[in-house]
Amino acid sequence: MSTRAVATVRLVQQHSIVVLIALLVALAGLIEAIRPGAVNANWVSNILEFAAPLGILAAGQTLVVIMGGIDLSVANVATAAAYIMASQAPFGVTRSIVAGLFVGVLVGLINGVGVAVFKVQPLIMTLAMGLVVTGSLNVYSQASVRTVPGVPAVIHTLGSGTVLGYVPVSLFLWALLAAVLIVGLRGTGFGRLLYALGDNLEATRLAGVRGWQVLLTNYAACGLLSAVAGLVLAGTVNAADLSLATVLLLPSVAAVVIGGTSIFGGSGSYSGTIVGALILTVLNSVLTLLDVPDAVKQVLYGAIIVVLAAAYTRVLGRE
Amino acid sequence: MAATAAEALRPTGIQFGRGIRRFGWTIAVYVLFGVLMVVTVIIKPDYGSFEWNTLTLAALPLAFAAAAQTMVVLSGGIDLSVGPLMALANVLALRAMVGHDLRYSLGVALIVLFEVTLAGALNGVIIVVTRVPDIVITLATSFIWAGLALLVLAKPTPGIPLDFQNLAQGSTLSPWLPDALLLLVVFPLVWIPLRRSRAGLAIYAVGSDRNAAFRSGVNLGLTRVVAYAVGGFFAACGGLALSMTTGVGSPLAGTYYTLSGVSAIVLGGVSLAGGRGGMLGPIAAAYILSLIPAILIYLGIDPNYGQMIQGVLIVIVVMVGGIGTMLRRP
Repeated sequence: MSTRAVATVRLVQQHSIVVLIALLVALAGLIEAIRPGAVNANWVSNILEFAAPLGILAAGQTLVVIMGGIDLSVANVATAAAYIMASQAPFGVTRSIVAGLFVGVLVGLINGVGVAVFKVQPLIMTLAMGLVVTGSLNVYSQASVRTVPGVPAVIHTLGSGTVLGYVPVSLFLWALLAAVLIVGLRGTGFGRLLYALGDNLEATRLAGVRGWQVLLTNYAACGLLSAVAGLVLAGTVNAADLSLATVLLLPSVAAVVIGGTSIFGGSGSYSGTIVGALILTVLNSVLTLLDVPDAVKQVLYGAIIVVLAAAYTRVLGRE
Repeated sequence: MAATAAEALRPTGIQFGRGIRRFGWTIAVYVLFGVLMVVTVIIKPDYGSFEWNTLTLAALPLAFAAAAQTMVVLSGGIDLSVGPLMALANVLALRAMVGHDLRYSLGVALIVLFEVTLAGALNGVIIVVTRVPDIVITLATSFIWAGLALLVLAKPTPGIPLDFQNLAQGSTLSPWLPDALLLLVVFPLVWIPLRRSRAGLAIYAVGSDRNAAFRSGVNLGLTRVVAYAVGGFFAACGGLALSMTTGVGSPLAGTYYTLSGVSAIVLGGVSLAGGRGGMLGPIAAAYILSLIPAILIYLGIDPNYGQMIQGVLIVIVVMVGGIGTMLRRP
């Protein structure tokens, strides 16, 4: 390889987000090519609105993955939070939102206790908690069948309202969370601890870090973010059923992986995940535009994630 | 004299301890199953061959799902596409079998086994070639297999030939020895030769320490592909078992089995870090996981609690396992 090529590869490695954004633009270009005029302000507004719940869900996932874990209960938590919020709505909006968020924190804390204190593999702990959450939600839905789940107006506005005609309300929330996460990960001790734990757990222990506290806090934060994502999603579709966010589990992991966060922990960023979430949403829009049947869509979706992940690992030499 | 006697005794003592450590978990799982069976009979005094039959039918696909996951996890990977692979086998079988006799159906079954084994191998090939972590690839391919299953069959459709269903639903020898139980013979037929072969040893080696295995001259890529292929084979068996036990081809039938398969192997004592565990534990675990919902129904508890209790059980099992490892560590 010539010096120039090496330099190019290094440049791409250091600024992988540029490549991702280029990919995003290319996908938008593809849509424009398929149907001229399709890419307009309205389209961008729609994409942002649909990307927001996924982006927030993937935010929690990013935190956990950077720390070397994984949370496969995010979708179940989001669904449960949304459903409980909706079913509590008759008792007051504040109470219903607090109840929904509480579910997220509670499940996150249990995940954290399992992983941090009892040293259960994160995959198993969160998978099992996902089962527990869905099972409990089924029981809850049977018990509370009399209260018809309805999404409060505030949540509906949060999920699908727009400002100035085009700017989705959920974008403000997403941008706020993104700012907190990006600054928090780079600039605070807690953020740096997450990278350190993900990179080398043993070294942080020897350095005197109380790892279990960081893990516990982080899983709780992931649970909270999942619950927020669930509420936003319920607002977007203006309904909360028992399988609301189930379809977002794979995308939440895929957005993190495409965004360049190592699945083994220790490196990555939330800005990458944001672009990952946008890419996945635009991809979905391309497939919908092409009028592909759902089954084919699933196959293509899976295949594209394989190709993207492979390209990423190969080109950027990440393991 | 006393010293020599002690020396003579020592080896057996060590071996006994080792045996307990090695098979302790598996034995505990079988004891747990036995205890649960006793509890079931106490709760439901008229527990008969019919109920036992129902249990074996429910547990058969799950046992295969657990076996598929075991193969992959032993090699140090994880396969989140086991359920969709089963669904794929299930719908392929239905599409080709409808309206045919037993001989034709068996031929179809062989072809389906071959196709889905290939699909499993493809999982492995993609992982080895791209070097992307197993969990990402199999999560993505789970979408591909599920999509293909939907393409083959859009919605649940009955029509598996009755003769083929009877391979699992009948009880030729005795009402207490249903054919669904006899079908478990597939496990020793595949597992024992594999465990004793070079490939089986390589799978354990790669799973427990990839570097050491590589330096000992094990072909890492090939071994992992073999593990995924055998996993695919067991998933195919699971899909065919679904066809036999339900008589229906359903593109969504598999979703339940990815998670439950992982639960079964955790309960069955297979280490998710790879290289540790066997086939006996997960199979018993599959029966335990299928028995719990039945017990709940006999107790008159809402079956909706089943999923919750299953999850809680897994959490407790892995937490107890976690405490065990912590205590063993000095």
